[in-house]
Amino acid sequence: MGEPIFSVRNLDVRFSTHDGEVHAVKNVSFDVAEGECLGVVGESGSGKSQLFLATLGLLTRNGRVTGSVKYRGEEILGLSQKKLNRIRGSRITMIFQDPLSSLTPHMTIGAQIMEGLRVHHHIPRGEAEKRAIEVLELARISDARQRVRQYPHELSGGMRQRAMIAMATICNPDLLIADEPTTALDVTVQAQILEIMRELKATLKTSVVMISHDMGVIAGIADRVQVMREGEIVEFGPVEDIFYRPRHAYTKVLIDAMPRLGSDAEAEAARTEPTRDAPELLEVADLEVQFPVIVAPWVTKPLRAVDGVSFTLREGETLGVVGESGCGKSTLARAILQLVPASAGSVVWLGRALDSYGRDDMRKLRKELQIVFQDPLASLDPRRTVGQSIAEPLRTLWPGLSSTEVSARLKAMMTRVGLDPTLINRYPHELSSGQNQRVGVARAMIVEPQLVVCDEAVSALDVSIQAQIVKLIRELQAQTGMTLIFISHDLAVVRQLAHRVMVLYLGRVVEFADRNAIYTDPRHPYTKALIAAVPVPDPKTERAKQCLKLVGDLPSPLDTRAQLIFLKSRLVDDPNAKLNRPKLIQVAPGHLVAEHD
Amino acid sequence: MSLISPNMENTAAMESAQAMRGRSLWMDARRRLFRNKAAVVSMILLATVTLLAIFAPLLSQYSFDSQDWNVISCAPGWWPDTTAICNAGGTHWFGTDSVGRDLFVRVLYGARVSLAVGLTATLVSLLIGVLYGAIAGYVGGTLDEIMMRVVDVLYSLPFIFFVIILMVIFHRSIFLLFLAIGAVEWLTMSRIVRSQTLSIKRMEYIEAARAGGVGPLAIILRHVIPNLLGPVVVYVTLTIPNVILAESFLSFLGLGVQEPLTSWGVLIGEGANQMEIAPWMLIFPALFMGVTLFCFNFIGDGLRDALDPKDR
Amino acid sequence: MLSYAIRRFLGALPTLLIIITFAFFMMQLAPGGPFDSNRHLPPEIEHNVAAAYNLDKPVYIQYALYLEKLAHFDLGPSYKTKDFTVSELIAAGLPVSARLGLAAMILAIVFGISLGLVAALNQNKASDYGAMALAMIGLAIPTFVTAPILQLIFGVYRVQVLGADLTLPVAGWHGGALRNMILPVIVLALPQIAIVSRLVRGSTIEVLRSNYVRTARAKGLPTHRILLRHVLRASLLPLVGYLGPAVAGLLTGSLVVEQIFGIPGIGRYFVNAALNRDYTLMMGVIIVYATFIILLNLAADLLYAVLDPRVSFKR
Repeated sequence: MGEPIFSVRNLDVRFSTHDGEVHAVKNVSFDVAEGECLGVVGESGSGKSQLFLATLGLLTRNGRVTGSVKYRGEEILGLSQKKLNRIRGSRITMIFQDPLSSLTPHMTIGAQIMEGLRVHHHIPRGEAEKRAIEVLELARISDARQRVRQYPHELSGGMRQRAMIAMATICNPDLLIADEPTTALDVTVQAQILEIMRELKATLKTSVVMISHDMGVIAGIADRVQVMREGEIVEFGPVEDIFYRPRHAYTKVLIDAMPRLGSDAEAEAARTEPTRDAPELLEVADLEVQFPVIVAPWVTKPLRAVDGVSFTLREGETLGVVGESGCGKSTLARAILQLVPASAGSVVWLGRALDSYGRDDMRKLRKELQIVFQDPLASLDPRRTVGQSIAEPLRTLWPGLSSTEVSARLKAMMTRVGLDPTLINRYPHELSSGQNQRVGVARAMIVEPQLVVCDEAVSALDVSIQAQIVKLIRELQAQTGMTLIFISHDLAVVRQLAHRVMVLYLGRVVEFADRNAIYTDPRHPYTKALIAAVPVPDPKTERAKQCLKLVGDLPSPLDTRAQLIFLKSRLVDDPNAKLNRPKLIQVAPGHLVAEHD
Repeated sequence: MSLISPNMENTAAMESAQAMRGRSLWMDARRRLFRNKAAVVSMILLATVTLLAIFAPLLSQYSFDSQDWNVISCAPGWWPDTTAICNAGGTHWFGTDSVGRDLFVRVLYGARVSLAVGLTATLVSLLIGVLYGAIAGYVGGTLDEIMMRVVDVLYSLPFIFFVIILMVIFHRSIFLLFLAIGAVEWLTMSRIVRSQTLSIKRMEYIEAARAGGVGPLAIILRHVIPNLLGPVVVYVTLTIPNVILAESFLSFLGLGVQEPLTSWGVLIGEGANQMEIAPWMLIFPALFMGVTLFCFNFIGDGLRDALDPKDR
Repeated sequence: MLSYAIRRFLGALPTLLIIITFAFFMMQLAPGGPFDSNRHLPPEIEHNVAAAYNLDKPVYIQYALYLEKLAHFDLGPSYKTKDFTVSELIAAGLPVSARLGLAAMILAIVFGISLGLVAALNQNKASDYGAMALAMIGLAIPTFVTAPILQLIFGVYRVQVLGADLTLPVAGWHGGALRNMILPVIVLALPQIAIVSRLVRGSTIEVLRSNYVRTARAKGLPTHRILLRHVLRASLLPLVGYLGPAVAGLLTGSLVVEQIFGIPGIGRYFVNAALNRDYTLMMGVIIVYATFIILLNLAADLLYAVLDPRVSFKR
């Protein structure tokens, strides 16, 4: 193997904050060998990011580092900025999680990519630009020549991350540190980015450190893995040992908590089926939601966020809605709950169209229609206690209750969702995200609604917490018999809760089937690509996978012909032709698929 | 080391058995504010000035308008240039002005007026500005456009013209001085409130409240305004010095506070006239006003840092 | 971009009209007329004078007449200063005020940005507090105090530093001689320095803690390059929004400075015309001020769009 290229010993990182000292990294030691990929996995608070920021001297002002960091045998911790700058960006580079905020907004992509080359190797402008275009093409960016002159906000998320990768590899570094590079991206785009990174690692022989909370991502790219928890390494070893023979309890928890696409016996047993003749509660027909978008002075085009969606829902049933960003799933949820006006189509609840309700009647109806939001911290008013937030819908929608009654129900609900009632006077920022999400669930359920929409309710949570919340929702549904619409981009999670699954693409349904059929017999190419793109925490499977990649990024939802990407045979030049919407065909009982090539 | 039990997630919270009072964001901010040395010193100084303004005239033997022609333009007893000190008796700690009035008492009376104007005018602008801005921001649409157009128009009028016209129409009463200045300052306040409202409106907890059936007025009062208060409080603390400056400017022009009342602006105006003969007439009121304004600014900055800590 | 600018300007004209109307009628509300304080004239003469200035006609007729003259760029005669039309008065005073204001703004920008940057780069250290305290002097002491103090120091007490005589004239314009401009420009610039430096400090601190600055550091770029190419533009952007109306205010002069230093600008017209009920002069000055504000806001918006590629010209 030879000397490790990157060697960390007894690294310790502390932060002095207003709330006291935070010990983020506790005496960590490890090596990175030449040409290998080290996977660093852990949940939030594990210190995995701070660890590497500290090694490169990128900590915030209130951080302190001690220990030793050696690059090719030379100590780099505590080096002067000038000397450190010779290594940073040229021999060791780093890419970050959110490409939009990590790229300078007022500089072109090309300028930012070239900068490293010009500063470290003093390469003149013309040649640097050529190299930049080359690297962009290596990162599979189409039209690299044009892109070079564009600004970060003009590119999509996937392209921006590719630009960052280009920026990090242009100087041929020995080590590339990738801090959650795909977490903010859609799963199909994530698959492409990971593929690019695998290729780069193979061709450039760069060592890679892949930091992620997603065990599936780690399984697909890492050679060795270290598992971190609360600032310490709890287990490390070759990737196959970690995944097939985990020893530490925490590692086992992480692997088990990951929802699998395969059928889950436990989930099957715990799931309740709706009764045979359960009444139909909700009927959505050809629902459309459009937003006018200004593309040029005095010219607006309609953004079809939801473009003709229909389904029915019976009592006690769970509908899973799956799709990536821009598919309209959140807009769909809000349109059903009348939080956003629909442009066409109808939503019928218990036989009465919801848009026929007057304002006061609609308010009263809200008791039956509730929603749990994605970001637990953002959906709670930071100035109100948790108890006040949970009780608010109760006080508004059941005005007849006395305050003792409200208090009693509040405490009962908190216990039911697994929150200690003594937390009643706490503020959201004092609780963990898992607890906050339980607050969100409690708030939705306290009025005993008949329909609850979960809009990416578990997507912002760590994997282990995710599993708990999913279990909680399942139990609540079993106890109350409520109807659920569960929205997520994560197919595996949806599988655990849903009876039927609907796949959305750019506002339209591309496949609709019951939970087993969708995973065992997907028909639509998009569904297949989605399923293939989900990283599985199994190294052998991940590496052997034939990536059914979707080429390029998601098309713009403003383009009316975008839907025909799967039906190119019908592509007609006229952008207004009615043929632009592929129809849904029934391929098996209860299994609808949009037309495709 | 079971991770599955939810109660283990936040062990610190579980340590007490009763429902403890939570630590609100305001309490956090207050703690941070008190760690800011400049802000704390400023608050102490300001409190001192205020207390002096309220109580000191009771401690002094002189009243603020008693003219003693024996001690015109006398320097205080400790003045280095002893020729300026008069020997006509009495202890004038800050000296006397050109008609023999004790400057110490007058400066403190001036403090009363200046601080009162500062606070009331700011309060006026706060009330108008917050309501105006919050409604424009939350309701949006054409109402917002119209309301902001009105603000734009008023902004394009020179402040001084506006105040003068108001003063001339309604004659110079101190009450209207408050109103006039407040009526000008609310413009910026409403713009700030409106832009804050716009960003709060997009927050998910507002949507959650709507899903919970809460009506628009309740949302504005319960969720929007409490979350606005941070930047508003900061701006209020920074408006008070502006108002005091504005009042002093008007007094300098002769439009502000009228005899027999006095304010720092009036005193400074008189002092500027007598600068070469009796510099103490300028120094003391200017010093008091300067220190007060400094304090407000430091407190405002401290509040801003406390409410939005930038630890990095 | 040109079409956007033209559209915005045309859209601002109704605002200008509303301002003119508003100001006109507000002034009519103020009791007293332009000729009240003069010696009491016999009724017929008073009548003639009023008729000559159209003051005997109903208000809305006066308004219409005024608008008509305005369309011909005729701002009317000054009621108080005989022999001069308002346009002449403004034409004489505006360049003076503008020169002073511009110089003060440049001084303020240079010092304000420097102090703000120094403070931001050394956040919470001694130099931060020092720079900010220095800057705040401008906000804590009103201009009518700094002006006489500076006059005293440099004019009357005749400071000698290292043998150099720093005497400066305390009054007079002398056609804009440099020596006459120094003191008034400093007085005007002090409050602006305070505001600019605080603004720059705040936004620079924000930018310094942003993710893209972290990326720039991770690229191993030297500090000066990060500051110049990545930080500066973003941190100066909020300044542009402030400068629009601020420059308008400075260009139209300051009463205090002009009165104390004896400078023939238009700043003093603002107050004196209102106090003397010189309607036409008041209107003229208000129109000039409002036009400046509108133009400078537009310029600020355009500059903003040029500097920040995320801002598009739509809407």
